[in-house]
Amino acid sequence: MIEGIPLHYFLVLSTLMFFIGVYGFIVRKNLITILMSIELILNSVNINFVAFNKFLYPDQLQGMFFTIFVVAIAAAEASVAIAIIINIYRRIGNINVEEIAELKH
Amino acid sequence: MDFSYSVLIPLIPLFAFLIIGLGGNKLKALASGLLGTTGLGVSFILSLYTAYQYFFVFGKSAEGVYQKIVAFDMVWLRFTETLHINMGVLLDPISVMMLVVVTTVSFMVHIYSMGYMKGEVGFERFFAFLSLFSFSMLGLVLATNIFQMYMFWELVGVSSFLLIGFYYQKPSAVAASKKAFIVTRFADLGFLIGILLYSYSTGTFDFGLLTNVDGELIRKGTEAGFLGLSMLTWSLILVFMGGAGKSAMFPLHIWLPDAMEGPTPVSALIHAATMVVAGVYLVARLFPVYALSSPDALEVVAYIGAFSSLFAAIIACTQFDIKRVLAFSTMSQIGYMMLALGVSGYGEHGIGYMASMFHLFTHAMFKALLFLAAGAIIHAVHTNDLREMGGLRKYMPITHITFFVALMAIAGIPPFSGFFSKDEILVAAFEHNKIIFFSSMLVAGLTAFYMSRLYFSIFWGKNTHYHHTPHETSPVMYIPLIFLALVTVFAGFIPFGELVTSDGKALHLHIHWNIAIPAVLVALTGIGVATALYMKESKTPDKVVASLGGVYKTILNKFYFDEIYMFVTKKIIFNLISKPIAWFDRHIVDGTMDGIGWVTTTSSEKMKNFQSGQLQQYAIVFISGVIALVLIFSYFSTN
Repeated sequence: MIEGIPLHYFLVLSTLMFFIGVYGFIVRKNLITILMSIELILNSVNINFVAFNKFLYPDQLQGMFFTIFVVAIAAAEASVAIAIIINIYRRIGNINVEEIAELKH
Repeated sequence: MDFSYSVLIPLIPLFAFLIIGLGGNKLKALASGLLGTTGLGVSFILSLYTAYQYFFVFGKSAEGVYQKIVAFDMVWLRFTETLHINMGVLLDPISVMMLVVVTTVSFMVHIYSMGYMKGEVGFERFFAFLSLFSFSMLGLVLATNIFQMYMFWELVGVSSFLLIGFYYQKPSAVAASKKAFIVTRFADLGFLIGILLYSYSTGTFDFGLLTNVDGELIRKGTEAGFLGLSMLTWSLILVFMGGAGKSAMFPLHIWLPDAMEGPTPVSALIHAATMVVAGVYLVARLFPVYALSSPDALEVVAYIGAFSSLFAAIIACTQFDIKRVLAFSTMSQIGYMMLALGVSGYGEHGIGYMASMFHLFTHAMFKALLFLAAGAIIHAVHTNDLREMGGLRKYMPITHITFFVALMAIAGIPPFSGFFSKDEILVAAFEHNKIIFFSSMLVAGLTAFYMSRLYFSIFWGKNTHYHHTPHETSPVMYIPLIFLALVTVFAGFIPFGELVTSDGKALHLHIHWNIAIPAVLVALTGIGVATALYMKESKTPDKVVASLGGVYKTILNKFYFDEIYMFVTKKIIFNLISKPIAWFDRHIVDGTMDGIGWVTTTSSEKMKNFQSGQLQQYAIVFISGVIALVLIFSYFSTN
C-alpha cells in the first residue's frame, strides 16, 4: 500500500508538520501547547525516518528502530514535562512561558 | 686595627627606631624615650671610642698621614659585574669628626627632648623619628660610595619631613614640611643627575677610587666639554646643587626658615647641626675632585656660599621670631663653611678645607646650644616672638649663661670656639679672594649684631609682664645646655689642623693676628651697636627702622623670595605648563579611557537584551541560525 505513494509526499508532509511545530513552539505562550508543538516536531522527524528507511534501505531496520526509540523517549519526556508544568501551575498559578522567570534572577 | 664595631653606630639607632616605631603603642612613653636615648648614648660612646682609636691610635699610616679606612663593606645591589651598589662604613678624618658631631648633638637632643616633649601627644613617634634620623645621618656620614650617600641623603630628607610635620594638625607645619621636602627633592634631582653623569664618566661610585689623588679617575671627564665647561664640572655643579638644597644655600634656602615649625629639638638637631651641613660634607667628601680637577665648580661653591652667608645675615637682623633668626643665622654660617671650601686649595693650601670642617664642628655645637636654649625659652614663655620677651635673665640664669656662651662663640670672640674656626675661614678667604674676604668680614659684624640683638631682646631690654612667671627648665633640659656650652668653650683648642685636613697630612696653624684682630673688632662693633640699641628699652631701633623705610620692609619680608617663588610656581609654572598638561591629561588621556569604558558599557547594555531568559526568543534565534546555515551550505554545495 505504501509503495504507491512517492517519497516526496512524505517529505512534504513531514516538513509541513515540522514547521507547524516550530511555529507553535515560537508563537504559543501556553506551556502545554508548546509541548504539543514539540510532539509535532518529533513526529515529523519520525515520518522522515520511516520514509527514508522504506525508500532507501528497505532491507534494513535502523530507521524503524530510531522511530520507536523517539516515540518512547517522547512519551517519557512528555510525562516529565507535564509533571513539571503541573508543579509550575501549583506554585505560580500560571503556565504562561513569558511569565515564568523565577530562575532568571 | 679593627674598626668593624663602628658599623654598630648607625645600626643601634636603626634598631631603636624599629622597636619604638613598631611597638610604640605598646611601650610606655617614657620607656620609648629612654630606649631611644640609651641607644643614642651607646652610639655616642662608640663614636668617641672610634674617634679616639682613629685619631690617636690606628688612623695614621707609617708616614703620619691619616688613611681612609673601609671598616665594613658589602655588595648591597648587584646589577652587573662592574655596576653594583655597596653599603659600608668608611672612616677618614671628616667622617669620624662627623660621627662625633652627629652623635653628640643627637644624644644631647634626645636627653633634652625627654623634658621638652614631656606630655606631648606622639611622644613615642617623636623618638622613633629621631632615631630614624640619627640612623640616616650616620649612614650618610659613613657612606663608602656616592650612591649609598644619596640613599641616606634621601632618608634624612624624609625624616626631616616627618619631624617638621610632627604637629600634623597644624596647617602651617604641614605646609612647611611639604615645602622642605619639595625644595630639597628638587635639589636632589640635580644631585642624582650629577651622580649619574659623574659615575658614567668614571665607572664607579666608590669614594676611595674617585678621590684617590694618585689615581687616574680623578681627572676623568675633564676632556669632554659642554657649553665651555667640562663634563666633570657640570656634574660637580649638579652634585653641589643637591648639597645647596640640603644646606639651604641661596636660591634654594626658602625651606629652612619655614622648617622651624617643627619642634625645637628637631630644629637643633636637623636644621642647625647635622642635616643642613650635609651639603658641606658632600662637597668636602668630593673635595679632591673639586680642588684638583674642577676649579670652576669650586668657584661656584665659593660664590654661592659667600652670597648666601651675606644674604641670610642681612635678613636675620630684621626677624622677630627667635627660631627664624637662628635659622637665618644657620644659613649664614653654612654659607661660611661653603665659601671656606670654595676658597680652599688642596694639601698644603688646604687651610679653607680644614677651616670649613672646623667651623662645621664648632658651629654644630654652639648652634645646637642656641636652639636648645631657644627651646627652653619658648617652653618658659610660650611664644616665639622676640617683641613679647625681655628681662628673662632673672628667671632663667642657666639658660642665660649658656646662651651667652653661644653668642660669644658665634660672634667670634676669643677664646670661644667660634673665634678659632672663623679666623681660619677669614684667613683662607683673604689668601684667595678679596671680595669674598670683605663680604665675610661684613657677615662677621652682622652676625655679632643680630645675635646680640636676639640676646638683649630676650634677656635684657624691657621688663615684660608674663602671665605665668617664667622659670628655669628642669635638669633634663639644662644639662644638655651646660654640656654643649662646655664643648663650645673648649672646642676651639682642639688642634684641628693636625687632625682634619684635605690630604690627611697635618697642617700647622697659628693665629693670624693681622686678620684676627680686625675680625674681633668688627664683631665687637656689632655687639656694641646691638647693646646700644637693645640693652635698654628705647625708641632708637624704631627710629632706625623708620629711616630705612622700604629697605627695611624688603629685608623683613626676606627680599620677597617666598613671593617670587610663589609667583614663579603658581602663576608661571602652574598656569603655563601644569594647567595645559592637566587639561591634556583630563580630557585627552582620561577621555580616551573614558571613551573605551563608555563604548564597552553601552554595547554591553545592548547585548544584555540577548540574554532575556525568554525561551521562545532563543528558539527564534536558534532556528533562524540553523536555517541560515542550511541555506549557506546548500548554496555553496550546489555551486
